[in-house]
Amino acid sequence: MSGPSISRGADGRLFLRHGPIELIIEMLGPAAEVALAQAQACRYFDGLLDRLVKELPLLRRPLGAAYPMFRDPVARAMARAVWPHRDEYITPMAAVAGAVADGVLAASVQGCDLVRGYVNNGGDLAFFLAPGASLDAGVVADLDQGELAGRVHLKHAMAARGIATSGWRGRSHSRGIADAVTVLAATAALADAAATMIANRVDIDYPGIERVPANSLDPDSDLGDLAVTVAVAPLPLGVRRAALLSGVDRARGLLAQGVIQGAMLTLGNQVSTVGSVAGKILKSAGPRDQSEEGLAT
Amino acid sequence: MSDLIRCDACPVLCRIRAGRAGACDRYANQAGELVRLDPLLVAQRTLDQDGAMVPFLQTANDWDGALVAGAESFITGVGSTTTYPDYKPAPFIVASKPDGVDMVTVVSEGIFSYCGLKVKIDTDRFLGDEQKAVRCQGEQVGHVTTAEYGSQMLALGGVRHLTGGSKKEGNVTCQTMLELCEGRAVELKVDDGAVVVVQAGQPPIVDGENEALMRVGCGSATLGMFAPQWHGLVDEVVVVDDHITGVLSEHQAGKFLDMPAAGVRVRGRRSTPGRYFQVAGHGDGWGGTDVSDPLSIIDRIEAKTAWPGLRLLMVSTTGEDSAYFVLDDDLLPQPAEMPDRVQVVVDRIAENCEPALCSVLFMAGAGGSLRAGVTENPVRLTRSVREKITRVSCGGAPVYVWPGGGITLMVDVTRMPAGSFGYVPTPALVAPIEFTLPLADYEAMGGYMAAVRSVDDVLATGKAKSLPWRGDNPWPLTPGNRL
Repeated sequence: MSGPSISRGADGRLFLRHGPIELIIEMLGPAAEVALAQAQACRYFDGLLDRLVKELPLLRRPLGAAYPMFRDPVARAMARAVWPHRDEYITPMAAVAGAVADGVLAASVQGCDLVRGYVNNGGDLAFFLAPGASLDAGVVADLDQGELAGRVHLKHAMAARGIATSGWRGRSHSRGIADAVTVLAATAALADAAATMIANRVDIDYPGIERVPANSLDPDSDLGDLAVTVAVAPLPLGVRRAALLSGVDRARGLLAQGVIQGAMLTLGNQVSTVGSVAGKILKSAGPRDQSEEGLAT
Repeated sequence: MSDLIRCDACPVLCRIRAGRAGACDRYANQAGELVRLDPLLVAQRTLDQDGAMVPFLQTANDWDGALVAGAESFITGVGSTTTYPDYKPAPFIVASKPDGVDMVTVVSEGIFSYCGLKVKIDTDRFLGDEQKAVRCQGEQVGHVTTAEYGSQMLALGGVRHLTGGSKKEGNVTCQTMLELCEGRAVELKVDDGAVVVVQAGQPPIVDGENEALMRVGCGSATLGMFAPQWHGLVDEVVVVDDHITGVLSEHQAGKFLDMPAAGVRVRGRRSTPGRYFQVAGHGDGWGGTDVSDPLSIIDRIEAKTAWPGLRLLMVSTTGEDSAYFVLDDDLLPQPAEMPDRVQVVVDRIAENCEPALCSVLFMAGAGGSLRAGVTENPVRLTRSVREKITRVSCGGAPVYVWPGGGITLMVDVTRMPAGSFGYVPTPALVAPIEFTLPLADYEAMGGYMAAVRSVDDVLATGKAKSLPWRGDNPWPLTPGNRL
């Protein structure tokens, strides 16, 4: 069994990897502060996966009426992030990537005088911004292509400190058909769980959408025998709009509850945005024109 | 549930179904075996104590191919896969900054419909006449082409055998090329010629006999090289060779040493004094002839010129075969024990022969569609290669790019990483190809700038396996390090 691996890019970025966790960490600030932050990140990372694995059976269990109790702080953050979604089927695993990013970021910047920094966990980011600082994060419109569809300009004054993306082609299974749902929230864990749930709702029953039970792909999937999407044929425009609207509806609800700050949803060449930061995402979103569909809020 | 395996690579201990990967996407169940998915092969080098770039970890036996932090990395095309349709950007367009210069490497695997092998077989043994078919498993996979100095060339593969003949011919041709490119041995049969076992970097085996040495030169050249060392020790030397057999006392080399004519006349067609073509047939005997008894090439010994006691050395162009004779009173050659000082020179011929090897060059054309993965305007890539702004490599190995149109390249398969080659059922070979050029030039040629990623980003995916850089290959990223 291999342990955590640590490597450093020539540009000063830190790469931490253990099993399914892959973190890219970048900090901006005085060299000594950056070095301290990186050391703190490494120290926190050591043993993190082992602590989560100890609580894995309960983390994979769907939420019921009772709030689940965990020992590890990251596991507890996962529970907190999924709790707003308890009316639907969800397990704390829906927030694992974001919660790990939040945990490592918090441990890393603790007591350090930094300008800004981020922990990128496979596309789910937790970031730190000193007063006056900002960060440009790339946004993809299709998880399969990975090409940037635009950038979101994150500022200290905004409430968001996490950004996460979900879609049926992503690493974890989705019950919906969204190419990508990107969510801004106060923490990466909240954004992660919300992106998962909004992406699940970008859905419609239509020929050419293939689904299989999640556990037929991954026997340990926290989704059990729920159907997950494995193929989506090209869909007519009206069908895409209807599916997207279903997700937009969910995103608006989460925005109203204060769970998220904003969201961008894409399916085919349709783009919809929700929340006050949405315009900033779309500003440089390139040729994907949302206005003709009238879906933007 | 028998198709499940338990991955123990990390504490998550995923159970993985056949044909699927675990949560990390790095370990997978391939037919019940836990395998590591390392799509990319990365060549790395590092600094030694004196600050020179050297292959790293050559001595570490237990190194598992994990990437080494801080080492300079070059992403090879091996395992990068290809994009289809081709107008999409290549799978990896990687920016790096060696020595402070922004460079970009477009990394891809090419599917080469037009490709073949140029095989050089170091042997003077007869393999077959020029233009004769070369077969594998009964199918024609190529033909005998020119004879070169000490070697015989074969041209194998090519689009005509791959897709221009029967389905079986195409498949056997593809398989033959793949085996040879991957450094494995292949048995080839030449029509009306020899059966030769070819393996890149290994001596050829001709009709079951291991070829050990290349001839030092033709018979005439051998005389030119060693005549002074024989002078005074023997009265005549006949160097037996399939191409040109040399007779020392008649040869310019002997005349220059004032050697008297010896009257030993060999068969064949005289070219110039002391140089004879076709003294015997082709074969696996002395010097690539069919001669096993060297005296059989002697036509006559002239009584008015020769003398009893004349010392005659006969030797092949590799020094592997030799015999020493002394003429008796009837001027008949009688075998005699070779004097030590003569033996020394015979041994020296062998010492000067290089090991006989098979060399396999992969030759292929990077067509329009492959180039379209680099730039929206493919001819600019061709021009950039021509102008030596863009460097082409295959799996990090240097290539020779032919003059003229297109990007037609040749590469020594032994300088490429193991496992570089694959095939598609078309049939066609798949080989890694990388185009490296300054970032500014890439932008100017209409490159896919939005798809450029940093080398660290690619490495951070964790789906790359490292191999030590081969010190005899030029580092592909060094500016001005022209291949």
